[in-house]
Amino acid sequence: MLPEKFGKKIAAAGLPEKTKDQLRSFLEGKEITDAQFKQILDRVIREYQSTRIEACEAVGVIAAQSIGEPGTQMTMRTFHYAGVAEINVTLGLPRLIEIMDARKEPSTPTMTIYLEQDYANDRDRAREVSWKIEAAPLHEFGDITTDMEQMQVVVHINTKVCEKRKISPMEIMEKSPKNIRDRRHYRDFEHEIDEENSRVAFTPKDRESYQNLFQLAEHVRNVIVQGIDDIERVVVRKETGEYILYTEGSNLKDVFEVAGVDTTRTRTNNISEAASVLGIEAARNAIIYEALSTLGEQGILIDVRHIMLVADMMCMDGEVKQIGRHGIAGEKESVLSRAAFEVTVNHLLDAAVANEVDELSGVTENVIVGQPIQLGTGDVKLIAVKPEN
Amino acid sequence: MDTKLNVLTHVMVPDHTIMSEEEVRTLLSHYNITTEQLPNIFHDDPAVKAIDAKVDDVIRIVRISHTAGRAESYRLVIKRPKK
Repeated sequence: MLPEKFGKKIAAAGLPEKTKDQLRSFLEGKEITDAQFKQILDRVIREYQSTRIEACEAVGVIAAQSIGEPGTQMTMRTFHYAGVAEINVTLGLPRLIEIMDARKEPSTPTMTIYLEQDYANDRDRAREVSWKIEAAPLHEFGDITTDMEQMQVVVHINTKVCEKRKISPMEIMEKSPKNIRDRRHYRDFEHEIDEENSRVAFTPKDRESYQNLFQLAEHVRNVIVQGIDDIERVVVRKETGEYILYTEGSNLKDVFEVAGVDTTRTRTNNISEAASVLGIEAARNAIIYEALSTLGEQGILIDVRHIMLVADMMCMDGEVKQIGRHGIAGEKESVLSRAAFEVTVNHLLDAAVANEVDELSGVTENVIVGQPIQLGTGDVKLIAVKPEN
Repeated sequence: MDTKLNVLTHVMVPDHTIMSEEEVRTLLSHYNITTEQLPNIFHDDPAVKAIDAKVDDVIRIVRISHTAGRAESYRLVIKRPKK
């Protein structure tokens, strides 16, 4: 056991928590004298101080280079079936660009849904949750026939399928006309429910043309009666001793409302969705996680610090901003700095119209006008104190 | 679902706490800055709503950092600008 006096000194030292923990576990059970301990602690502190980034260091440029150079090694275009789950995910450079551009919707949104204790170890219960999430159109629940003579679309619900999917035939029969009206915005029809034979008949309002009938039949076939609209597919997989659901399509808000879903671990790869449902800090974490795993999958090792800096910049103002002219680069204070990055003429013209003034406080603008830049030693002004007498 | 989703329990959401005026004063004088220089967070952010913070409050965020183990960060609550 670490002596208490050492423990207190470590806790009070100006070191990061992780370093303190490492120091504690290193010293655990070792016989050391006070003098030795002092020497070790001083050395650690000195070492830590020397690894800290110096004031006026251009961290942004270092981050840009550190991500940019290995980025050239990335696969230009990859559509991968990540892991064994047969879910299609965009990876490589296209995905990295997507993250940095802060797209509202990624090209392949997916979710990783964790389940609560009772559900996570039981295959059947995990499957039950997946039925509630996966969007299922009406044609999966029975036979749909178009009766040209009677001018109607008849649906015979298959009760066995309903039983398997844990949904009552009545629920489907009530939901289907309602969802055609509300979700698909098609209202020119009437319906009739025959509960005994679990049969629904849809009739178009205008019975003059067959076109209406076929249009209606198409809506009836494809109306979503069970699950969440945006989630096209769910794959149940057992990983590290528990069942996890992987989805194609993402809707964090609705999935959180499904019983059995673990709302503390379930995540999405749609960053703007994470920002709106869980907040800006969650979005920051999502950017770091997504960027790291995209790069890691390609076998590229980039220090987290660079990615953290990018994520911090993107989330500075309370919302996720892209790296580019519609985000961080476009909102810089200086006119010259903005003009140096894409659409030069527009920026100069707008600045002239608005009578903008450039303070020349940044790096780019000072390079343009040919002054020393305020970075590193360039940021230090010499101050002489005149001796009094 | 019996209770509303509590975003603060999610693994991706770090701890958010409202700082007292005294704490804000020491923070600002320590870094020699004004509240405007802090990063922002919108008043309708789910985490802000969960801790019931108001506009102009400063929030302390304790992140689980990849590098430091535990890192503190601060954000000023602002009104979401209209589009």
